[in-house]
Amino acid sequence: MEVRGLDRLICEHPLFAGMAPDHCELMGGCAKNVRFGKGQYLFREGEPADEFFLIRHGRVALEIMAPGRGPLRFLTVNAGEMAGVAWLVPPYRWLFDAQALELTRALSIDARCLREKAEKDHDFGYEMMKRFMAMLVERLHAAQLQMLDVYGAGT
Amino acid sequence: MARVRARRRETRDTWTLAIDAGGLKFQPGQFNMLYAFGIGEIPISVSGAPGAPGPLIHTVRAVGAVSQAVTRLKPGDTLGLRGPYGTAWPVTESHGSDVVVVAGGLGLAPLRPAIYQLLAERDRYGRVAVLYGTRSPADILFGREIERWRRRGDVEIQVTVDHADSLWHGHVGVVTKLIDRAAFDPDHTVAFVCGPEIMMRFTASALGAVGVAPERIYLSLERNMKCAIGQCGHCQLGPTLLCRDGAVVRYDRVRPLLTVWEL
Amino acid sequence: MTSVKHSVLTIDGLEALLDALGRRGFRVLGPTVRDQAIVYDDIASLADLPRGWTDEQDGGRYRLLRRDDDALFGYAAGPHSWKKFLHAPGQRLWRAERNAEGMSVVGEAPSTDRLALIGVRACELHAIAIQDRVLLSGGHADPFYRARREDNFIVAVNCGEPGGTCFCASMNTGPKAAGRYDLALTEIAGKGGLLYVVEAGSEAGCAMLDELPRRDATREEIAAAEAVSAGAAERMGRVMPATHEVPQLLQRNLDHPRWDEVAERCLTCGNCTMVCPTCFCTTVEDVTSLDGASAERMQRWDSCFTMDFSYLHGGSVRASPRSRYRQWMTHKLSTWWDQFGTSGCVGCGHCITWCPVGIDITEEVAAIRASDVGAASPGG
Repeated sequence: MEVRGLDRLICEHPLFAGMAPDHCELMGGCAKNVRFGKGQYLFREGEPADEFFLIRHGRVALEIMAPGRGPLRFLTVNAGEMAGVAWLVPPYRWLFDAQALELTRALSIDARCLREKAEKDHDFGYEMMKRFMAMLVERLHAAQLQMLDVYGAGT
Repeated sequence: MARVRARRRETRDTWTLAIDAGGLKFQPGQFNMLYAFGIGEIPISVSGAPGAPGPLIHTVRAVGAVSQAVTRLKPGDTLGLRGPYGTAWPVTESHGSDVVVVAGGLGLAPLRPAIYQLLAERDRYGRVAVLYGTRSPADILFGREIERWRRRGDVEIQVTVDHADSLWHGHVGVVTKLIDRAAFDPDHTVAFVCGPEIMMRFTASALGAVGVAPERIYLSLERNMKCAIGQCGHCQLGPTLLCRDGAVVRYDRVRPLLTVWEL
Repeated sequence: MTSVKHSVLTIDGLEALLDALGRRGFRVLGPTVRDQAIVYDDIASLADLPRGWTDEQDGGRYRLLRRDDDALFGYAAGPHSWKKFLHAPGQRLWRAERNAEGMSVVGEAPSTDRLALIGVRACELHAIAIQDRVLLSGGHADPFYRARREDNFIVAVNCGEPGGTCFCASMNTGPKAAGRYDLALTEIAGKGGLLYVVEAGSEAGCAMLDELPRRDATREEIAAAEAVSAGAAERMGRVMPATHEVPQLLQRNLDHPRWDEVAERCLTCGNCTMVCPTCFCTTVEDVTSLDGASAERMQRWDSCFTMDFSYLHGGSVRASPRSRYRQWMTHKLSTWWDQFGTSGCVGCGHCITWCPVGIDITEEVAAIRASDVGAASPGG
């Protein structure tokens, strides 16, 4: 199948830049290529968070449905970024919806597979967690700034 | 027909009216339909103490034509009032349990009658916690009363806001963060949750994550309401008619409905 | 006391029935031709009935055609249902006046008309019973509906000419009339002309029959009447697949791709809700006089297809046509059971006939069933 190509794709993904090739291979074993047409959902609120997505091309919107107000979009994820963090911690359930805004190609990583491998190989786990942590810290800072509503009317 | 006895401003866009409706009795969580002459009707939860003598208390946010008209009524003015309708918070059914009340924004108003009832017979319950989140300190409802509850010493009160200026020394963050800090036994807890629907979904999820069973979590849902007696079809959410089977609903029964888009 | 005796009336006997009802002070309502359709309206005599007419119905299609006989009931159902009279399209609920004390409210008096409904089909009888459940039970009876239902005299008709969109047989709601009627007629061809085999369904029906120029039906005539119903059951234009499974089928397929497909066709015009004999949703309009001194509240038929229907917090909960079509169909066939203990659909096919694009509720169910995403077994 495509196993050899996938390790390379992972190593090339900005999130995993600099990761050792055998670690990329470990991750590759949990990966597969996926593609979403415009308007298709990667995941929906409430569903089990069993996979996450390394976006290679395209754009994904994270949103949540509010009755009477429709879907509220609060973040877009682009090529080189990752969509979905709820798989990292229990209860492993999506809190939001993720919709492809245009044709999107991604690597889908099986979260359970990856968590198991990280448990078995702590060096691998640490390398992965360092990279996820960096992404999460950046996203957290951004969310906090967004929340300040700096452009708002001011109450 | 009913008459306004008193009117008090709570926040920038929310007022509390005391309405004389001839001694109508209600259960905590129920609502009345309030009619502003010539304009229309809106469903408003009763926010006072059930069983207390005197006028009915309603806290109203001015967001549309009818609510704006209602919040402009002065003592002595008349309005239409019919009710009470809907289901109640299962307060007495929770005797012996810990109780966690989680309110978001205006959601504190429909929960206040339940809080009054819990405090009035405090010894019938285990630990009681009231967790309240709102947009900013200026949007805090019933602020002085919340402090009175805190001073009692027998109920845990936690208030948080989404953002604040430097005059605020309390919590800043989403209300679900308060759940981890609150003292209660998830296996023996009943939770009452009210606020914007997104907030209720997150809160129910967070309560579940710490071990509160979905059948012990209650939400108060809202949909378009016209007749309030199950005959106009507007308040449907899947199989439920919220005027009759709600507004207070058990989370396990509505969870699958809440995640279907535009149901 | 229900008479099991079958009587026979001639055309003259039927005319005498209408006269008797008129003399008793009933407002007599029945089918008549108007605007190239068979509608329900006040009728004065048999001359107002659609003698010699039949209809041709299909998805988005309704035509009247001439029969080669003089049958009075040789057609299926038209765009109207009896809810036009029983659950009025417009109803003032009350008037209010401002006065020194504040305001005074005067409730509208319910109607005192006694209605006689002539030509009620089996599906329509079921629909009336369904609306009775919605509007009369549950602790808050609608006083206006109750007043209009009080003292009805119902003359049911057993269908001989099911329509191209009928599926009452698979919904177990026809074609033979069952339920609460006073008299039920089956039109058969007799030696001297058209005859009506009549069964009484109530004491009032029995009493009425005794006053009419009736005779006992022969065995042949009774058999002919039964053959009419049996034949009609065989000639249904549509079929609801696996009726008993439909409520659960729809509940587990709320995200089925078929909803997107039907949404591309649905105009959300709401015709289906207007012609459906069980759709009951209403809205209220509060109006005031120009000087603001008086106000009134009007109740009007509403449709879940409007954007206003689910308005909340500045927008519609069901903004997309997809969600509104899904709401209508799942309510009709599935959640009606949860709310009122019966199906909401009587298999009359009005929604199929009067949909401008011919959406067929039975076809939609079949399509979802064919690729049931929630099926327990794979490939179901």
